[in-house]
Amino acid sequence: MANVTLRNVRKAYPNGFEAIKGVDVDVADGQFCVLVGPSGCGKSTLLRMVAGLETISSGEIDIGGRVVNQVEPADRDIAMVFQNYALYPHMSVYNNMAYGLRNRGMPKPEIETRVQEAARILELGTMLDRKPGQLSGGQRQRVAMGRAIVRQPKVFLFDEPLSNLDAKLRIAMRVEIRKLQRRLNTTSIYVTHDQLEAMTLADILVVMNGGKVEQVGNPLAIYEKPATTFVASFIGAPPMNLMSTRADEIKSQLGSADAGILGIRPEDFVITDQTPAGGVALALTVEAIERVGAETFVYGTRAQDEQRIAANPGELPPGEVIVRIPGSEAPPIGQKIRVAAVRQKLHLFSDDGRTRIEA
Amino acid sequence: MVEHRRFGNLLPHLVLLAGVAVVAFPVYLAIIASTHDNTVIANGQMPLYPGSHALETYWNTIVSGAGRTTREPVGSMLMASFIMAVGIAVGKIAISILSAYAIVFFNFPFRMATFWTIFVTLMLPVEVRIFPTYKITSDLHMLDSYSGLILPLIASATATLLFRQFFMTIPKELVEASKMDGAGPIRFFFDTLLPLSVTNIAALFVILFIYGWNQYLWPLLITTRDDMQTIVIGIKKIIDVKDALTEWSVAMATAVLAMLPPVAIVVLLQRLFVKGLIETEK
Amino acid sequence: MENRAIFSGRLLACLLVFPQLAISLIFFYWPAAQALWQSFLVQDAFGLSTEFVWFENYVTLLKTPEYYHAIGTTFFFSLLVVFFSLAIGLLLAVMANRNIAGVQIYRTFLIIPYAVAPAVASVLFIFMFQPGLGMIARALQRNGIDWNPVLNGNHAMILIVIVAVWNQISYNFLFFLAGLQSIPKSVIEAAAIDGARPARRFWTIVFPLLSPTTFFLIVVNITYAFFNTLGIIDTATEGGPNGSTSTLVYKVFLDGKAGSDLGGSAAQSVILMIIVIGLTAIQFRYVEKKVHY
Repeated sequence: MANVTLRNVRKAYPNGFEAIKGVDVDVADGQFCVLVGPSGCGKSTLLRMVAGLETISSGEIDIGGRVVNQVEPADRDIAMVFQNYALYPHMSVYNNMAYGLRNRGMPKPEIETRVQEAARILELGTMLDRKPGQLSGGQRQRVAMGRAIVRQPKVFLFDEPLSNLDAKLRIAMRVEIRKLQRRLNTTSIYVTHDQLEAMTLADILVVMNGGKVEQVGNPLAIYEKPATTFVASFIGAPPMNLMSTRADEIKSQLGSADAGILGIRPEDFVITDQTPAGGVALALTVEAIERVGAETFVYGTRAQDEQRIAANPGELPPGEVIVRIPGSEAPPIGQKIRVAAVRQKLHLFSDDGRTRIEA
Repeated sequence: MVEHRRFGNLLPHLVLLAGVAVVAFPVYLAIIASTHDNTVIANGQMPLYPGSHALETYWNTIVSGAGRTTREPVGSMLMASFIMAVGIAVGKIAISILSAYAIVFFNFPFRMATFWTIFVTLMLPVEVRIFPTYKITSDLHMLDSYSGLILPLIASATATLLFRQFFMTIPKELVEASKMDGAGPIRFFFDTLLPLSVTNIAALFVILFIYGWNQYLWPLLITTRDDMQTIVIGIKKIIDVKDALTEWSVAMATAVLAMLPPVAIVVLLQRLFVKGLIETEK
Repeated sequence: MENRAIFSGRLLACLLVFPQLAISLIFFYWPAAQALWQSFLVQDAFGLSTEFVWFENYVTLLKTPEYYHAIGTTFFFSLLVVFFSLAIGLLLAVMANRNIAGVQIYRTFLIIPYAVAPAVASVLFIFMFQPGLGMIARALQRNGIDWNPVLNGNHAMILIVIVAVWNQISYNFLFFLAGLQSIPKSVIEAAAIDGARPARRFWTIVFPLLSPTTFFLIVVNITYAFFNTLGIIDTATEGGPNGSTSTLVYKVFLDGKAGSDLGGSAAQSVILMIIVIGLTAIQFRYVEKKVHY
């Protein structure tokens, strides 16, 4: 077992492009760390650097107290589950799992024990003689996991392992991965672009953007106190509503604040004619309604023209606000409504969105 | 497909039957001729059904060859053809798979230069550089040897390009997984790359075997010894167009024997053959 | 080329490429360079001294009437071979592409000629066309045609064209069939719904969509007719009678075998090399285009 520490890790390509711009992360022994961010944010590159598949331009990667910058992937005592599984198509399921052990010269009986044990855990027992081509997507995924488990490595690395599965299977496997990790108690680093996967799996969540870490911490803590507007809009679905505090309607309610951007999550609004003390109320015209059963999403536009806020993934069109209300309610389209959020539910950010301001 | 006419399929059948007739008739005639007596053939009276001299003709052909024109038994020609064809196929596959492996999976200086050096050899068939190549082979004392027969014909890029193309379709992650499983480049080659290439190797073998077996010009120049003569060369010496005294039954038996191995391979391994043919031409 | 290079063992990489590089250098680059160098030299009658003469060999060559004759023969021969082998190959492929019973059996027969060596194919046809005993030769003679490829240049030409076409049908058939099968069925069905009758559908939809294959095959077949028919010619006619079936490649072969004019023969080789390089370049341009579409 081991902890993984990244110290000021950087990656620059010969053409000058900087993919990783100095990352510090500390994953304690047995923790499940999830790297999340939009595509191109460098999360996969970072994982591959931990694996030893990409070189490190500067900084240090430390696995279990040993700096592994110059260590070959095979000697880092890690195992990786790839997005496309990368199973050996010509080998049986058994041999796919046994291959890495054989290469390390492990005695046959022990290989047998380990593979059988992994097959039992992953319910692959009846498929050991099949080739990957004869398996379904979910089964292949399990073989890829099995190949990692049998190695009993210090660290598991997962590179978007569920993205090739359909939605239902993805949820099932997500739960299985979590259970498995708890049971084996192996330090894990998991890359995904799916914020829901990130929230549900992580002990420690690392939100990345543009080669940098935006925020590190407990997933719920990040959800409740996003450090930047990027994190605010990336974590949580539907995303947090962001609006300028300069608009007259908001300015008059907040008073003069240092903050330039106000954020309110859709579920923190209530439809009401009152304005809670210190809170914010908005007048909306209902544009569209999405009823998904347990809840209803109301898409409304604000009366005033809204200034555009710094571009972020998941950003809403200017002036549009999403409100989440109970599934039993549904205001008719075109109706004018008033929604309000209490003071504690307001998120304030500096003008550039890079700093959170505590009210 | 789209047609519903009742006799819509008659025309294709007729055309294809005609095509098959044109293609098969010369071969059929050769088989028939190899079963008849020389005099019957020389009179122009050969019937279209098999005669009774098959065993005798083939025995003579294989063991002693045509009595008058060459003393070389066709059996030894078959052997020479076989050695050359297998040599060319195996040699070309071996050097190609190694160089393609290096070019696709290794980082080394002059990688692109190496690739282009090999690639350019695609351009010139042996026919146009025949005499200078002959001279080199002669200078290297390789005339009348199998190495002289085989080596110059394996200097071509087609197989390398095929392997390169195939290797590029192998997901990078497979190599990475293999690395994590503790396999180095040599182990990866034997444990993963080679097993995955089996179909390609087999398809290429079919094409190259035929290519080697059917070589004409190069063996004609390079071999002077009768016992190294390939069957494709030998047959030319058995028939003499301007001479009415050709032993046609022996000539036709030789032709049948010369066609048999490549035709058998193409027919029996049709799927591999078509794959190899279409893919080596991109 | 995408950079997939993952291993870094330089020594191993060099060992891996060494065999192919060595063979290419010894048996390809060196002879090609030799031919080029030779083509600029003139050797005296006794082979005692050589002189560098720039393009004199080429000039002499281009003043020889026989050379033009060989060019004419080559083009005439190639035109006939390319046209007939493509037309027949296409016809058979279109028919085999219909969903009819027994296609596999037809295909099996139709690929046989590919496996037959050019020289052996020649022998099969010589047997049928041999005056006096050949089945077809006798039929022609019975109908008042004095068939004799040994004496009549036109007859000799017809003979080698037939052999060359026969030998090449399989190849064209297979490529056309592959090309036809890669045309999406829905396109043809759409044309049928648009009211195009089968023949019209072929010329307005199928044939244009097949044009990359056709173009590729034209280039390959020209290369074939130019260079790979040497075995056919040498076995069937030996370039005769009177050089009437002596193509450029065959002439290089004959002159080289005679060995009297090394420079001139080298110049001929170089001209052929330029032709092949040109044809190959055209082929690659096409391949590149195909990638872009």
